[in-house]
Formats: sequence, C-alpha cells, structure tokens
Amino acid sequence: MKRLVVIGAGMASGRMLEHLFEREAGYEVTLFGAEPRGNYNRIMLSPVLSGEKSYDEIVTHDADWYAGNGVTCRFGERVEGVDPDRKVVVTASGETAYDKLVIATGSDPFIIPVPGADLPGVMAYRDLDDVERMQGYAAKGGRAVVIGGGLLGLEAAAGLKARGMDVTVVHLAGHLMERQLDPAAGYLLERELRSRGIEVLTEANTAELRGTDHVEAVLLKDGRIIETDMVCMAVGIRPACALGREAGLAVNRGIVVDDAMVTSDPDVLALGECVEHRGQLFGLVAPLYDQAKVAAATLAGEAAAFDPPQVSTKLKVTGVDLFSAGDFAEGEDREEIVFRDAARGVYKRLVLEEDRIVGVVMYGETADGAWFLDKLRSREDISDGRDTLIFGPNFAGGAPVDPMAAVAALPDDAEICGCNGVSKGTIMAAIAGGAGSLAEVTALTKASTSCGSCAGLTAQVVALGLGDGFVIPAEAGMCGCTDHTHEDVRRLIVADGMKAIPEVMQKLHWKSSGGCAKCRPALNYYLLCAWPEEYADHAQSRFINERVHANIQKDGTYSVVPRMWGGITTPDELRAIADAADKYAVPTVKVTGGQRIDLLGVQKEDLPAIWADLNAAGMVSGHAYAKGLRTVKTCVGTDHCRFGTQDSTGLGIRIEKALWGAWSPHKFKLAVSGCPRNCAEATCKDFGVVCVSEGYQLHVGGAAGMEVKPTQLLCTVATEDEAVEYCAAFYQLYREGARYLDRPWKWIDRVGLDHVKEKVVEDAESREALAARFFHSQTFFQHDPWAERANGKDAHEFMPMADLTRVAAE
Amino acid sequence: MSDFVDIGHLDDIPPEGARVVKTPLGCIAVFRTSEDEVFALDDRCPHKGGPLSNGIQHGRSVTCPLHNWVISLETGQAEGADEGSVATWAVKVEGGRILLDRSRFSRAVAAE
Ligand SMILES: Cc1cc2nc3c(=O)[nH]c(=O)nc-3n(C[C@H](O)[C@H](O)[C@H](O)COP(=O)(O)OP(=O)(O)OC[C@H]3O[C@@H](n4cnc5c(N)ncnc54)[C@H](O)[C@@H]3O)c2cc1C
Ligand code: SF4
Ligand code: FES
Repeated sequence: MKRLVVIGAGMASGRMLEHLFEREAGYEVTLFGAEPRGNYNRIMLSPVLSGEKSYDEIVTHDADWYAGNGVTCRFGERVEGVDPDRKVVVTASGETAYDKLVIATGSDPFIIPVPGADLPGVMAYRDLDDVERMQGYAAKGGRAVVIGGGLLGLEAAAGLKARGMDVTVVHLAGHLMERQLDPAAGYLLERELRSRGIEVLTEANTAELRGTDHVEAVLLKDGRIIETDMVCMAVGIRPACALGREAGLAVNRGIVVDDAMVTSDPDVLALGECVEHRGQLFGLVAPLYDQAKVAAATLAGEAAAFDPPQVSTKLKVTGVDLFSAGDFAEGEDREEIVFRDAARGVYKRLVLEEDRIVGVVMYGETADGAWFLDKLRSREDISDGRDTLIFGPNFAGGAPVDPMAAVAALPDDAEICGCNGVSKGTIMAAIAGGAGSLAEVTALTKASTSCGSCAGLTAQVVALGLGDGFVIPAEAGMCGCTDHTHEDVRRLIVADGMKAIPEVMQKLHWKSSGGCAKCRPALNYYLLCAWPEEYADHAQSRFINERVHANIQKDGTYSVVPRMWGGITTPDELRAIADAADKYAVPTVKVTGGQRIDLLGVQKEDLPAIWADLNAAGMVSGHAYAKGLRTVKTCVGTDHCRFGTQDSTGLGIRIEKALWGAWSPHKFKLAVSGCPRNCAEATCKDFGVVCVSEGYQLHVGGAAGMEVKPTQLLCTVATEDEAVEYCAAFYQLYREGARYLDRPWKWIDRVGLDHVKEKVVEDAESREALAARFFHSQTFFQHDPWAERANGKDAHEFMPMADLTRVAAE
Repeated sequence: MSDFVDIGHLDDIPPEGARVVKTPLGCIAVFRTSEDEVFALDDRCPHKGGPLSNGIQHGRSVTCPLHNWVISLETGQAEGADEGSVATWAVKVEGGRILLDRSRFSRAVAAE
C-alpha cells in the first residue's frame, strides 16, 4: 500500500478522504491535525457558540469512521516541517515518511497588530477552542467587543449576545458586511442587530487594546474608549502556507496548485483555504468541496480538473435572512434593479451586466435566492422577463404564491445545497433511483448536511420528487402552528433567552394567533424547565388535570390521590382519608397500581376543602395527575422479607422525597425492589432500582402502559447516595432533552442508550452538573400545590362566577 | 327581547381562561380570550358532555378536556372532522362588566 500523509484535519481534507475511500485507491493514511480532535463541521461553530447545537452534533467523522478506514490519527500533533527530497514530514515526535502528501492546513486568523493585541482575553474565532474560550467569558456575563463586522464577526456577536453578554461590534467600513452587501442592505442588518441589543459602531478604527494583565478596554482612533471583558477579532484570514513555503513549494498568497490540485512538487497536493488556484483564494466551503473531489481523483490516478464555482453566502444568525452572491462593484456598463419594502424590512437588489445577472443581494426574504443564483451561474439572458424579474419565480400576474411552484420552476442544474454542490437534478436522480424519504435523499446526496440553511428547500425538492405520497416529515414541526421541531424550539428558547409563551410565538413566527392545545402545554413546560427561577407558569396553558391538581373523570368529577411515601402509610393517615371520603361523599375509594389510595368522584368545587383536610392530616398531593414524578413503588425489602438484600422501602422513600414535585415531559414512574425477585416490578418503570448484594442495579426506559417495554440496564452503583444522584441526573437529562409527551423510553430510542450512559454514567462531571441543575430546579418546585389552592390560590377555578338559578326564578 | 344581567367583572376571568355561571338550564361557560373578547357557551361538549370551561382555550376556540374536540367559541360548532354544536349565549362587555342575556332561561323558568 502507498503511504498518504495528510496535514490538517479540517473541512477540506475530511471531504477528500471520503471521496478517496469511496474509490478504494489503496492508500494507508496518516492524518495530522494541530487541533486535539478530528474533523468537524467548522461552519457550525456559530450555532455551537450560541447554544443552538452541541459540539457532538457537528462532528463529521468519529473514531469508528477513522478506524473503519484504517486512518492513523495523529490529532494534537502539529507538523513542523516537510522535506520533499526525503519525502518525510517532521513533527515534535519524529519523522513520518510518505509517498503522497496532501497539505490542507486552512488559514490563520488575522490579528491586527495594535498595542495590546497579545493581552489575555483577546481571541480569534477559528476553532472549537476559541468557542469554548468565548463561552467561558459568556458564562460570567459581562461585556464583549467584536472587532470586524463581516460574516464571522456578526455570527460571533450574535452568539455572544445569545449567551447573555453585552456586545459591541466595531467595524472599520461604513456599513456591515461591506464585501457582500450594499449600504442599504447593510443598514437593514444593522437595524436588526441593534433591535436585538447588539451595539454597532461603523467607521470605527481600532487604535489600541488596553489593560494591565487582561484586556479591559478598546481605544478607537477617534478617541472613543469601550470598556470590555473580552475582545474577539474577526477581521480576516490568511492562508496557512508557511509549511509549503519552507519546503520550497511555489507559494504566492497561498500554495500554488494546478487544476488537478497538485503543487509544484508532483507528489505533493494541496487544497482548502491554504491554496491559490489561478490567482484566486477561497474562503467558503463550496469550492473547497469541489477541490476535495478533484484531489481524491488525482490521488486515485484519475483525470479531473477544478473549475471554481460562483459562490453565495448566507448569514447564519437565527432570524436574520440574508443572501448574497456574485459581484457588486459599480461599473459603466452595469445597472441595477432594486426592490424595497421598508415596512416589512425587505430589500432585494440585482446587479446586471449586458442583460445578465452578476450580483444578487436579498435581505428579509431570501426564498428566491437559489433561483437567482442559478440565473447568475448560467449567465442566462434575462431581457425578456426583466420588468418582473425582481419578484422572483412566483410572479404570474398576482396569482397566489405557492412555495412549491418556485421549486417546480427550477431547472435541473439549479443548485439546492451550496455547501455540497447538490443540484435539483441530483436529488431528483436519487429519488428516481429509489430513495424514498428525505433521510435517504440527504444520506445519498449529502444535501443539507453541512450548514443546514438549505434544509427547507431540500425538503421541498424531495416533496416535489416524491409527489403526493410524500408527507413533509413528522420531524417538520411541533404542531400545525409552527415548522420548528420540538428540539429546535427547546434550543432556541435557551439560546435566545426567551421567557414567555407569546415571546416564543412572536420570535419563531408562530402561524396561529394563540397556539393550540398541543403546543401551548409543551411551550409552558419547555420554558419552565429552562428557567426554573424566572419563568412564570402559565396556568391557562396547562391541561385541566394539572391546572387543578386532580384527575378529571368522564363525568366531569375529579379524583384525589394523596402521596404515600414509598407506599408506606399509618393508621392516622388511613383514618384521615376515611374521614375525608365520608365528609365529601366520595363514591369510590380505590387502591391504585402504584400503591396509593385514590378518592374518586369528588366535585370540583369541593377540591380545595378536601385538600385542606388531607393537608391537616400531614398528607400532600400525590401528583397522580402530573406530567411529573408520580409514584415510587417498593417491595418490603430487608425489614420483613427473607430474601431482601437492601432496604428497598427506605431507598424508595428517599428517592420519592428527593424527586417529588418536579415537572417533566411526561409522567415519570419509579420502583425499588429489594432483590432480583423484583416484587416491585422495577423493570417496567421509567427508572427502576433492583437491589443486589453488591449494590444497586439502575434500570431505565421501561413502561407498562399502551406499550410494554422492559427496562435497559444503565449501570450498577455501590451506595444509596449514588443511586439517588444517578436517578436525579437521569431524570434531569430526560427533562432537558425529551419532547413533550415522550416517555423516557421513546426519548432513549431517539438519542440512544449510549448517549444516556455517557452523560449519566461515564462522565462524572456531566452527572454532577445534571443532578445539581435538578436540585436547583427543585428548590422552586418542591411545594405542595394542594396547600396553595386550599389557601385560596386560583380560587376562581373552583367557584362559579355567578349563580343565576334563583335570580331567574324570581 | 334580550335581558342582560351583570355576571361579574372582566378581570374575574384570567385571559385565555373561563368561568362558570350556574343557571336553571345548567352551567354556562364564559370565556375570555387573550384579546379580551368574551364568549358564552353551554358548559357541555356536544361529544359526551365534557365541561368546556375546563379546556385549553386558543385563539377563538377551546379544546375539550375529555377527548380533545375543538369547539368554536363564536359559533359553538365543532371544528375539523368532528360534527356537532353547543348552544351559545349572547354576552357583552360594558365598562369592564360582563353582561349575559338571560332572556332564554328566565322565560323557560317563568313558563314552568
Ligand atoms: C466560525 C466560522 C464560520 C464559518 N461559516 C461558514 C459558512 O457559513 N459558509 C462557508 O462556506 N464557510 C464558512 N466558514 C469558512 C469555512 O469553515 C472554511 O472555509 C473551511 O473550514 C476551510 O477548510 P480547510 O480544510 O481549508 O481548513 P480548516 O477547516 O480550517 O482546517 C485546517 C486544519 O488544519 C490544521 N492545521 C493547520 N496547520 C497545521 C499543521 N502545521 N499541522 C497539523 N495541522 C495543522 C488546523 O488546526 C485545522 O484544524 C466559517 C468559518 C468559521 C471559522
Ligand atoms: S423483591 Fe426481593 S426483597 Fe423485595 S419483597 Fe420480593 S423477594 Fe423480598
Ligand atoms: S366530551 Fe368533549 S371531546 Fe368528548
């Protein structure tokens, strides 16, 4: 096998390796990366910064993938030199020989050389370490200055703002993103950012960074001083081509490559941001992915040539729609068509040259971007439809706008996914070839697997291809009121700091005025879980059972279940229950499956009084109505049983006392059995403990309702304290991750037991943090709702507003 | 002829909530929307008599707490695939007070 050494585990090299392994070209690959991690989707760092995604979600190649393809990974190891004569690369730990070498070192962020630029607290925005550093500052609150109002700077600013910092953007030019936008669109963008509380200073030239042992302020040339706790510089990048230069390769601004991606040395290839091709540099992934394809072909001995495509950009800031492509330079022979709707904040501009589109900017409404980009690329003559061109493909004399019509109108070679260069034709071909779902199409074509901004468009093309049989996937939205998925909504609530239902509906463009009976309870729960301290529960968005803390029955009466910790009661409690049953003429007294006593058939008006009586006897609500902790069923354990190995009843009571009062996506049931005979049936509960001689087996994800599910073993722990901590951590992970109305088993099916094990068992820090968040939240929720209602809270629920029975009879 | 009677203040009902008025013809559910509009319907779902005053209200509709039928507050008609309707009552708000037309039931009682 030939030895291939790759320097740089970035976006370009990752894609190249994929293409190479598809070809089985017979290379044994060693991959060096200066970062202590493998390939990930760098362009998704902004959603990671803002909290909309986690790092795990943006990893493109994991350990299994490298192992499966026999790649030797040398992550965290920087290549210091290349010797093309001896065909070796040099690192701190020695030399590695190659037959073929690929340099894909990307670029270095540019740090403006002003005094103070080397102070701690000044950072670039390039890799995960930078993101983690910024998150560290954001966790402390405080102020941030972002120098540079381009694509990266604005994404950093929006991310830091979402994390709760006060952010100022300092930008040298007269308007934001001046390379992509014209002043009018720049102004709209600036207004939008301001309205989100981000301060923007244009024509602001940085003179100096000040501070003694940490950055404290930014001094501008005009004398203004902005105090700050951190500075992020996002002013540009420079190709990282030092290795190539020192090795004696031809280097101008980047490492010079030919159409086959080969450098001046025939055994050395280069690709990505570090190269220069026909005098041009590249800073977006679409052309790099094309280069990756070509480089893989070259390595496999096939002929291929790189032809740089026209690229477009989108700003990945949630809620800002901005699309830009092509060239906006002014010229004698250039003219433009502009459309403005100031009230809606919509701005569109086409730059034309000889009746062909050479530049497109769209702000506020970007759905037609692909259509215009396609015309730009194909250099289509637009003189015919010129007067209606700016209105996009939907314009047909005022006909109603059908989003599918726009997609149907696209030609086959129209590009759908810019990052991966996937055209409409490719998607249609995949469908013709048998792909029958959105997931299959994206897996096959890679459409919408990078930055994700084309996800909606991709789904529409798939819908078009599959015809009427295709239902836009259930993943599509929480309910008819929104296209956002549960997961998106949860992430956005946290990322944007939204704290009220109307705010969520407004910002996420809910399609109905007041939501529906599906999304409102879900939103209420998501907000409550995200902000236990601050969120004001919205009673009118709760189902009646939770609103009045009792179960509604088919005849409109209610049932009342007092808590009996771990299934233990006393003669006094039983007497109080019997007295209450007599006093309120309760027709049915029943023992439930969860070892509690249910008083059925209570009138709504009587609820506060019966609760007051039960409270007086020392009992609190059993939450039998709640999407929250229900019961902890126990067996008798060591106290009485011949077989018991541990005090199952005692542990059950302990867990119930720790967990009661918490709300969750669905009901949460537990059981503790004293030995593997499992008399408490712990292996069909959401969380079950089976005591064994060496400790406590913790089981998760069981159910015995509409679906019967046995649990899966999470782990075995040695002490009761651990059992309680693991239980709290598991409950919190479920509370934070599951969709509303999904029981734990459903959620585990979705995320995988490995994920749960990783967060709760393997990573002690994560477990402790989850448990700590849970107990913090409990300080706000562990109070008896019955006592509050008995004391008059929300009394309107229980009393008629007026009684006209007698008035009318007079 | 209508016969409006004061049944309480707008603020006696939380926004997006409902309260019940007892009458000789059974309970009437009085709803207040998020826009402070007020509607009154019989408190019996056309499906199996569920107490609509206990449902979740959204826009100008309420979802019954028993089996999730959605009932229009304006017309009393079941929405979507379900069929059936519930009686509506004339109601208005004046100076923050809610007034309900009781002519139907006062006549019914008087006729006894
Ligand atoms: C926050 C952010 C957002 C972005 N958003 C977009 C976007 O929306 N759309 C878009 O098209 N593009 C975007 N980009 C640009 C895009 O990420 C880059 O164009 C792309 O990652 C470049 O790929 P590459 O493989 O050339 O370099 P990189 O992905 O940067 O990878 C190079 C790797 O090589 C390593 N390396 C360097 N020198 C050495 C050495 N001597 N030894 C070993 N390893 C070395 C580096 O550590 C790095 O991991 C964004 C970039 C950032 C930082
Ligand atoms: S599970 Fe074991 S300890 Fe508990 S009652 Fe059954 S046999 Fe006894
Ligand atoms: S009683 Fe209202 S939906 Fe069944």
